[in-house]
Amino acid sequence: MSGPAPADAQVPAPLLEPPRRRHRLVRRFVRRRLAVLGLVLVGAFVTLALFSPLLGSATAQDFANVMVPPSWAHPLGTDDLGRSELARTATGARVSLLAGVLSTALALAMAIPIGLVAGYYRGWADAVVTRATDVMLAFPFLILAVGLAAILGASLRNVVLALGLSQLPGLVRVIRGEVLALREQDYVAAAVADGARDVSIMARFILPNAMSTLIVQATVAIPGAIIGEATLSFLGLGVQPPTPSWGTMLSAAQGFLDQAPWLAVFPGLAIALTTLGFNLLGDGLRDVLDPRSTR
Amino acid sequence: MTSVPQVRSQAGPPVLDVTDLSVHFSAGGRLLGRGRDVVRAVDGVSLRIGQGEVLGLVGESGSGKSTVGRAVAGLLRPTSGSISLGGREITRLSRSQMRPLRRDVHIVFQDPYSSLNPRMSIGAIVAEPLRQHGVARGRERDRQVDSMLAKVGLRAQLRDRYPHELSGGQRQRVGLARALVLRPRLFVADEPVSALDVSVQAAILNLLTDLQEEMGFSCLFIGHDLSVVEFISDRIAVMYLGKIVEATTRLRLFEQPQHPYTQALFSAAPLPDPPLQRGRVRIVLSGDLPSPLDPPSGCSFHTRCPVAVERCRSDEPALTEVTGPGHAVACHLVDEHGPPDVAAAVAAGTAGTKEDRVHDQA
Repeated sequence: MSGPAPADAQVPAPLLEPPRRRHRLVRRFVRRRLAVLGLVLVGAFVTLALFSPLLGSATAQDFANVMVPPSWAHPLGTDDLGRSELARTATGARVSLLAGVLSTALALAMAIPIGLVAGYYRGWADAVVTRATDVMLAFPFLILAVGLAAILGASLRNVVLALGLSQLPGLVRVIRGEVLALREQDYVAAAVADGARDVSIMARFILPNAMSTLIVQATVAIPGAIIGEATLSFLGLGVQPPTPSWGTMLSAAQGFLDQAPWLAVFPGLAIALTTLGFNLLGDGLRDVLDPRSTR
Repeated sequence: MTSVPQVRSQAGPPVLDVTDLSVHFSAGGRLLGRGRDVVRAVDGVSLRIGQGEVLGLVGESGSGKSTVGRAVAGLLRPTSGSISLGGREITRLSRSQMRPLRRDVHIVFQDPYSSLNPRMSIGAIVAEPLRQHGVARGRERDRQVDSMLAKVGLRAQLRDRYPHELSGGQRQRVGLARALVLRPRLFVADEPVSALDVSVQAAILNLLTDLQEEMGFSCLFIGHDLSVVEFISDRIAVMYLGKIVEATTRLRLFEQPQHPYTQALFSAAPLPDPPLQRGRVRIVLSGDLPSPLDPPSGCSFHTRCPVAVERCRSDEPALTEVTGPGHAVACHLVDEHGPPDVAAAVAAGTAGTKEDRVHDQA
């Protein structure tokens, strides 16, 4: 190459080098106290779920100690069958987290290809997908989930299915919108000009750039699914007794609200704190990962 | 004085031959898609680029110059007309038939911030065309990437960096490297320096000239800055509202602009000589570019032309070589004696309101 070395081709000295992206993201996340609190809450419940067997059996009945208030022997009290409320809340975390995470993962697995095809190809595929999501979104999330669960029958697998399908339209809409915006980027045009195939463009140019939005969307969707699971179980459409779930525990506690309020308080608190944790985490991730939000 | 339309080569088929290209977009339209409005972004454009020639395409925003570039790069399908690359007609090819031909034409975009995939390293971005066409793999691919980065003046260490870590000028160098790594025969530069600082613009333009001399590709250089286009082009075509209104060699265009629109453009570009600049009459065009949704009848420039006559409203002028070969212009007022003196008309005040003018001269 001839000509003098141009000024803009020079690279900043190592001292002035910007910190690498990953480190910067971690630092920006840590600076948000509420996001860290969310991470701690989520982490605490995941730990609780993982180590729940250490806290005793969730189904062992003890008729000598029925509806004992919280004490040293029974930290969260016992229920009407003398089962440890602590063990049941911890085991319930397994069901709730599993249902929340799995149903969201299922919804994402379906929404990503649908959203990609609709947003990338436009045309009739897009028209069909958009109308279908509009119709599904006309039903409130919980009504849809309750309806699907009622059709499918009560079990953890069907709860995951029902919640996953109910989350689908919202996620498809988000992904489609993101793909619509990304496909207009010049680097996608450049890939087309290179002769890249559609699948390659979607997998290597569009999806990676939509990832941060998807991660945030998933973190925000999980607490909704957790509440959904609790609601379905509360209504008897979810996990069946004696397996504990926060929803079934709340449902059972209804009859004893005046004698044993702790039976309702602890699972309710668990639901509230888990969803709060995921929401704070999601907000934090959105701030860090999504350059469009400027807070 | 005669000059030929193609400057450097007369032998062999032109690298790019565009004939009567039109690109229309349907805009919105009424409910149920009936009677859609049509935007005539490009309307009957013909141009040729010879081997190793640089054709500048100038025009203001909305003139359709970028659309021509995108159609040539195979990014959008023309409504009508033909585009031939090295003698091969491409407008009716299927995507798979088009694939091998895409090696021969590459494009660089205006915005260095949206033209590089933020999730790919610089090395991967430059290697992408090689990958797509299975040209080189492994070590050989790395070697070609490194040598291309060196050619555009980037250190090899930048290979592992990501676009957001680079400056605008560096990014545009990466864009050039990406577009040229396959040694295309035709390079479409869509306002490659418009988004850059002036000092960086100069560096990139020098680089592009060097690369063009070294690699010998033909270039369609799209721009709105006359001085930039003058610097780089062998021939220049001026576009207005989807049509080419004047096309000739760089020298002729700058010495004897003929179309009133071209004359106005040149009078708007500042001269580097203050006394000359002060003594010059500026031709100020009133109004904006008319909407390509509803282009004016006759000559599309008549609504803003200071010397328009009645005929301009009704008859559309054809692009013809009135004043001699190698200088095509589309204006009724240009005859074998030369162009209308728009500046003199403006200075003399004969260019009053449009109605008066049309009346006077009719």
